[in-house]
Amino acid sequence: MELAVELRREPNSPLLSKMATSDGHGENSSYFDGWKAYDCDPFHPTSNPEGVIQLGLAENQLCLDPIQEWIKNNPKASICTEVGVSEFKNIANFQDYHGLRVFREAVAKFMRKVRGGRSDFHPDRIVMSGGATGAAEVIAFCLADPGEAFLVPTPYYPAFDRDLRWRTGIQVLPIQCKSSNHFKITRTALESAYEKAQKANVRVKAVMVANPSNPLGTILDRETLRMLVNFTNGKRIHLICDEIFAGTVFKDPQFVSVSEIVDEDPNCDRSLIHITYSLSKDLGLPGFRVGVVYSYNDTVVRCARRMSSFGLVSSQTQYLLASMLSDDEFTTKLIEEVRRRLSKRHELFTSRLAKVGIQCLESNAGLFCWMDLRRLLKEFTVEGELELWRVIINDVKLNVSPGSSFHCHEPGWFRVCFANMDDETMDVALGRIESFVLRTKEAAVQAKKKKWKQDGLRLSLPRRFEDMATMTSSLMSPHSPLVPATTSALVV
Amino acid sequence: MARPPSPESAGEKENIAQTRPSGGGGTAMRLVVPLQGVVQGRGGLVLGSLLPCALFYVLQLYLKRKNRSSPAASVSELPAGIPRTPSRGLLSSKTSTGPAPISSRAASVAGPSDSPYYVGYKKCREDPYHPASNPNGVMQLGLAENQLSLDLLRDWLAENLKDLALDGEEGNLSISGLATYEPFDGLIELKMAVAGFMSHVMQGSVSFDPSRIILTAGATPAIETLSFCLADPGDAFLVPSPYYPGFDRDIKWRTGIDLIPAPCRSTENFSLNIATLERAYNQAKKRGIKVRAVLVSNPSNPVGNLLNRETLYDLLDFATAKNIHLILDEVYAGSIHGNEEFVSIAEVLQTQNFDRSRVHIIYGLSKDLSVPGFRVGVIYSFNEHVLSAASKFARFSSISAPTQHLLVSMLADSKFITRYVMQNKKRLQKMYALFVNALKQLGIDCVKSPGGFYCWADMSKFIRPYSEKGELELWDKLLNIAKINITPGSSCHCIEPGWFRCCFTTLSEDDIPVVIERMMIVINKHNDYH
Repeated sequence: MELAVELRREPNSPLLSKMATSDGHGENSSYFDGWKAYDCDPFHPTSNPEGVIQLGLAENQLCLDPIQEWIKNNPKASICTEVGVSEFKNIANFQDYHGLRVFREAVAKFMRKVRGGRSDFHPDRIVMSGGATGAAEVIAFCLADPGEAFLVPTPYYPAFDRDLRWRTGIQVLPIQCKSSNHFKITRTALESAYEKAQKANVRVKAVMVANPSNPLGTILDRETLRMLVNFTNGKRIHLICDEIFAGTVFKDPQFVSVSEIVDEDPNCDRSLIHITYSLSKDLGLPGFRVGVVYSYNDTVVRCARRMSSFGLVSSQTQYLLASMLSDDEFTTKLIEEVRRRLSKRHELFTSRLAKVGIQCLESNAGLFCWMDLRRLLKEFTVEGELELWRVIINDVKLNVSPGSSFHCHEPGWFRVCFANMDDETMDVALGRIESFVLRTKEAAVQAKKKKWKQDGLRLSLPRRFEDMATMTSSLMSPHSPLVPATTSALVV
Repeated sequence: MARPPSPESAGEKENIAQTRPSGGGGTAMRLVVPLQGVVQGRGGLVLGSLLPCALFYVLQLYLKRKNRSSPAASVSELPAGIPRTPSRGLLSSKTSTGPAPISSRAASVAGPSDSPYYVGYKKCREDPYHPASNPNGVMQLGLAENQLSLDLLRDWLAENLKDLALDGEEGNLSISGLATYEPFDGLIELKMAVAGFMSHVMQGSVSFDPSRIILTAGATPAIETLSFCLADPGDAFLVPSPYYPGFDRDIKWRTGIDLIPAPCRSTENFSLNIATLERAYNQAKKRGIKVRAVLVSNPSNPVGNLLNRETLYDLLDFATAKNIHLILDEVYAGSIHGNEEFVSIAEVLQTQNFDRSRVHIIYGLSKDLSVPGFRVGVIYSFNEHVLSAASKFARFSSISAPTQHLLVSMLADSKFITRYVMQNKKRLQKMYALFVNALKQLGIDCVKSPGGFYCWADMSKFIRPYSEKGELELWDKLLNIAKINITPGSSCHCIEPGWFRCCFTTLSEDDIPVVIERMMIVINKHNDYH
């Protein structure tokens, strides 16, 4: 009887898991909508000059040629060369989740160098993961159970919502930061976020900060870092620093890693401090899928290392990078060159934007600028921001990322990436922005004249800040893709 | 003669073993398990209900007092007098001065591994045998890795270097072709190459569609990702036992899915028995556990058996009747050294009218192509929704780009692949025959199985007592005295003691006499002692 009932149900389709059918992948966010628009109509200087220019992907394509050069001059590093092929058998067979010792030593050395030699990293604490994405997920699995929470300062990298929450079941709660103090993380904001979680009966297990910040491009100063360590130590919760952009700090002030705070303070509880890292940004090698979890907590190292079986780096890649990253002369030159090129790009970008009256948040790191387009909003709301964003994608044909997708508390901020294109494309992109701003200014002036004529003079008071807060705090990611989805990804 | 079949006990034992080191976690498990028994009413009124409930209230009061100082412990919210299985609050309850807890997941994962499978692996890693440089080291017969045909791959590489150098020279790959973000579920060229390879190793009897492939960094994330797609935490998969010890980690660790063994017996050559599956399914149902899939390895690991067509039909019928998924782990499909023919579930689906949306295949290049270091795994599914979800999950375990490109080239050379598959099979056959015969000299018989890198050896006559304890004692002696790492059947959830999995693909011909000699010493000593 039971059998017949089962068969009479939806025929022939055993259900998938809740996880597989939920929206946890976060691909309905506006952050990804822009990418989809780009995918449908990608810019090309000759074959598609009117296409959408990708300014939404924080990829570093500025330093590939020195790496290419190095590979050419160091055939031994590759198992696909005459001199390197003798290592093939050992490498092809090596699947130990500890990873090649030489690889870990080289990564530790490189991490040290990126931080100006100011901190030491032990190779045995270095654990591989499936890119930075995998690193964030593993650290979440290690530190929190389903329902527990990480506090993350806003604005933050949109994919944290997916990477930290999707398969782990943890929550991500915001620490609100404001433009009035350059989005700095204040103790008040931290306390407030922590208490809010307490009141909601949610257990906070960690604070996770990106330093340098994505999307702000700013670094944490020593005071703030000490405050964070202090706060988390005091509450007996963990502190995770995502230092994936550490090598993109292109001008002063000097980068301070949380590892320096750990080294300088003997009273700090190291077992609560963890770093996630990757070679995707500093070296511009996202395709290599090299993520790193570095923890000062032995149990976390052990756990993360065992979980690394789900995202090990190919031994071929480990071998190549072991060689590359232990070449002192090369890495010194590379780090310097990356900084120089980023600095140049950043300078060019921000100065041209400033000429048309667009300010960017003062920043000294990252592959992007945090653009202030509040003046261009018709309405100082999330809807206003998204309306402007749709115009930028559809009319100006630029994929920039709206601040709301980063959970930014205030509408009108946009992240624009500048390191993933050549000089010519950047020129075209800037040109488009300039003309758009001028057009918008012109239109605004006309409209004002018209309104003044029609309405007479009327005082308009600024909206109350609290109103804005309540509006944006209930922000959900918009669900309307700009263009029909081309991938089957949206079917689910 | 078999141990009383109790599929749960092994799992529970392991749970407790794994959570023991975490202190809080271990205590909780020791409470939860008997309390579950209480709630189910065993033990009579006083012993079974009143006493345990009273003890429980006392515990609640104690914890309430203890947790008053620490915020947000959900246990303290409970009104007194309501019996409840201890919540996660207990597992991660902390004092205000102790170290901040990590997750309960981490506590169990990070605990010392007492599974012989991993203990042996560790010992080998620390003291690996080498005939010249470390002749007294531990010999590795516990890791199913094929080292017999690596030279063939290396030679191919040496002959085809020019096209693979990443130097960006004329016609060669440049770094920008590799460095940038690629589709997380693998390059389409590699999917096509892998689809072709899969078809090839299965004797061309079935063709695979590249658009049904999700590539992952090894079969380990492939099976985990597929599990995340098919079941929710608390659900279970049925797995015929003995099974690959790694499943206990790969599937259970992070997904929260349980594995329920369906024991196979030596009287049936450890072949899959649908009636046993049926029984295990019904028992699970009685306990209120939702079974979402059957997971079958074909060729099986650790035994090496192949499923014939009839059994595959029966499996499909079973899964359809229960409306559950069917996962076939076919990682050893191209490693058949016997004379039997391998039949993939995909081949059956080609010709028979079954509902495909419930069928999924796990594959990888670690076994058949001998490249475990490169981390290439495959989820092959006939279900669009699974493919869609898995492709999104794939971002957590993507294959490194340079490796993808290398393999595209290698797999495209069909002449080489044909030669490799043929020669590899010959070498497997030879080594298998040598090893099995050598074991026979010691009086050890193996199940006649045509696939995999191992033999399933019957050492039950050497163990005393005839129990898991006796089996582990022998294993321990073999590891620590003979310095040979083999895998005891209990790690594989085998219900009959005395069976061991011995891998022969990590050995050279010269190693075999050394293995036998060492084994002989221990076995004889073991016999004398008893």
